[in-house]
Amino acid sequence: MSIKKVSKDQPDKFKFNNQNLNLANKIILNYPSGKKKSAVMALLYIAQKQNDNWIPLAAMKYIAKFLDISYINVYEVATFYSMYNLKPVGKYYVQICTTTPCMIRGAYKLVDICKKNISEKENELSSNKNCSWTEVECLGACISAPMAQINDDYYEDLNMKQFENIIKDILKDKKPKPGSYRGRLNSEPEKNRKTLLENKNA
Amino acid sequence: MLEDKDRIFKNLYNDLGSSLDSAKSRGDWLNTKEICAKGRDWIIEEVKKSELRGRGGAGFPTGLKWSFAPKEVGAKPHYLVINADESEPGTCKDRDILRFEPHKLIEGCLIASYAVNAHKCYIYLRGEYYNEGIKLQNAIDEAYKKNLIGKDSSGTGWELDIYLHYGAGAYICGEETALLESIEGNKGQPRLKPPFPALVGLYGCPTIINNVETIAVIPTILRKGSKWFASLGKPKNTGTKIFCISGNVNSPCNVEEEMGTKLKDLIEKHAGGVVGGWENLQAVIPGGSSMPMLSKEISENITMDFDSLVENNSGLGTAGIIVINKDQDIIKCMARIARFYKHESCGQCTPCREGSGWMWRILERMAKGEASKDEVNMLADVTKQIEGHTICAFGEGSAWPVQGLLRHFKKEIIERNNFDPLVKNSKNIPYLIDQHILEEDVKKC
Repeated sequence: MSIKKVSKDQPDKFKFNNQNLNLANKIILNYPSGKKKSAVMALLYIAQKQNDNWIPLAAMKYIAKFLDISYINVYEVATFYSMYNLKPVGKYYVQICTTTPCMIRGAYKLVDICKKNISEKENELSSNKNCSWTEVECLGACISAPMAQINDDYYEDLNMKQFENIIKDILKDKKPKPGSYRGRLNSEPEKNRKTLLENKNA
Repeated sequence: MLEDKDRIFKNLYNDLGSSLDSAKSRGDWLNTKEICAKGRDWIIEEVKKSELRGRGGAGFPTGLKWSFAPKEVGAKPHYLVINADESEPGTCKDRDILRFEPHKLIEGCLIASYAVNAHKCYIYLRGEYYNEGIKLQNAIDEAYKKNLIGKDSSGTGWELDIYLHYGAGAYICGEETALLESIEGNKGQPRLKPPFPALVGLYGCPTIINNVETIAVIPTILRKGSKWFASLGKPKNTGTKIFCISGNVNSPCNVEEEMGTKLKDLIEKHAGGVVGGWENLQAVIPGGSSMPMLSKEISENITMDFDSLVENNSGLGTAGIIVINKDQDIIKCMARIARFYKHESCGQCTPCREGSGWMWRILERMAKGEASKDEVNMLADVTKQIEGHTICAFGEGSAWPVQGLLRHFKKEIIERNNFDPLVKNSKNIPYLIDQHILEEDVKKC
């Protein structure tokens, strides 16, 4: 089990903006009547997006009221799932997969680059406050190892130099191009394709 | 090698684009109405005859699972839930289906919903697959627009709505009952079975839960016939399967092959061979991190199907093949997998919550050579205490890889961790040694 701590600095108030309010009401309709609670995960995501990529306690209370469920229901969900950030993270949030398939292809070298360029410890903001990094468990792109996720995008097939450039770019507030950094087509075997060749030439 | 004409996922690498038009040109949505018109019993019978086994890891026969749903809809509605919470280390096959073959999945959802009497289908997608989710949602919107699903899906008269539900980074939500808890808005902690979800599932209603790949192959099976599917692979292990080959290989890739293909062929032919040559191979994890590893000797001749892997004390799992060569420290590799399970345990059952941490800590020390001789057997004992003593299969999933390590690399572990423990005379060392017991024993010596 992982332990998650909430931020010490908490804003007093939280409210969905109009656009998110509509979105939240729409999502509730995805579930049968009387089962509004199901929307709690989606609503936490919306709150996280609205509040600079982290969820304050005020947002949990707001969502509890919004869905007519108890505060602890929302709190236990927010603390159980690892993708809800309960502390401020950088505008660019770098997540490096270090589970075995990535590890044996050099994921810890990516971690070293983050330590050198962003911050010595994980989950700490960089000196210019716009970047933070963390180690995460398998992101489900094992054949593209080593890889990292920055906000919503996957950066795959990385080597050290490329990753250092990516980190330098985001520190300068520039979004690098996501996808494979060896230029291969998705999950095909590089230079060694033996299947679906007709399609390739189509 | 499987011929291209028999491959189901023709757009696995996105050579052709994933739009509705290109999916139609590959044969998707071609005669969905006629297939449904043949009736529920025919569909379930065909799926049974094809001997399709679930592609999510457990390998349960799909047709049989469908037949567990009540024949008539009673007071409670039926649900179909698609498990797209792909988080088993070594596995990334569903991601490509979601990205590049979404219409195979959506059409499969319609046929499966029709067969099990469900009007609502939830696709539980892992939260990290944000971009894949957008692509899938676009495909769903496209299908709604063309009336392929909706009030009168593809002219069948069947009403079907498909909703996406994002997870949020919990591996355990890949377990079917934890997944249902998660959709209901709770922590993802598995439920006791029975009752099985087919009778009491989502919101207490009959629910059929299938993996993405299982559902995505259904339309092709029904179109080409169960005989065609059953003719591929081996008896009881029929059809094709997407294998993900990662780790120390020259060209890591996803590839669709026949069930029962030789592991060595997959690694050598498709993935460009082991880095440093076949002789440099140390071990292979054949089915995602939960399955015990295979030694080089076994990997030489083994075929990749459910039954032959079980005979060799492993399993096909999700068919995520992780190749580990001799440049890697095998104990460190397994310690990292143990850390994964420690991190992902939901905390509901004590043996798993505590045991997964114990295994990780012992393995970390073993990797550094700081464990004692006795701890090798102690570690084996801990795995046995977890296995079979938990609500869900996570217990087995965390214990098996460690057992696999002990089975094949016990010698290496003992060589590295060679010192005798402090207490020599005591035969039964308790797991948690209190300091005062140690001191007393030292005095006795």
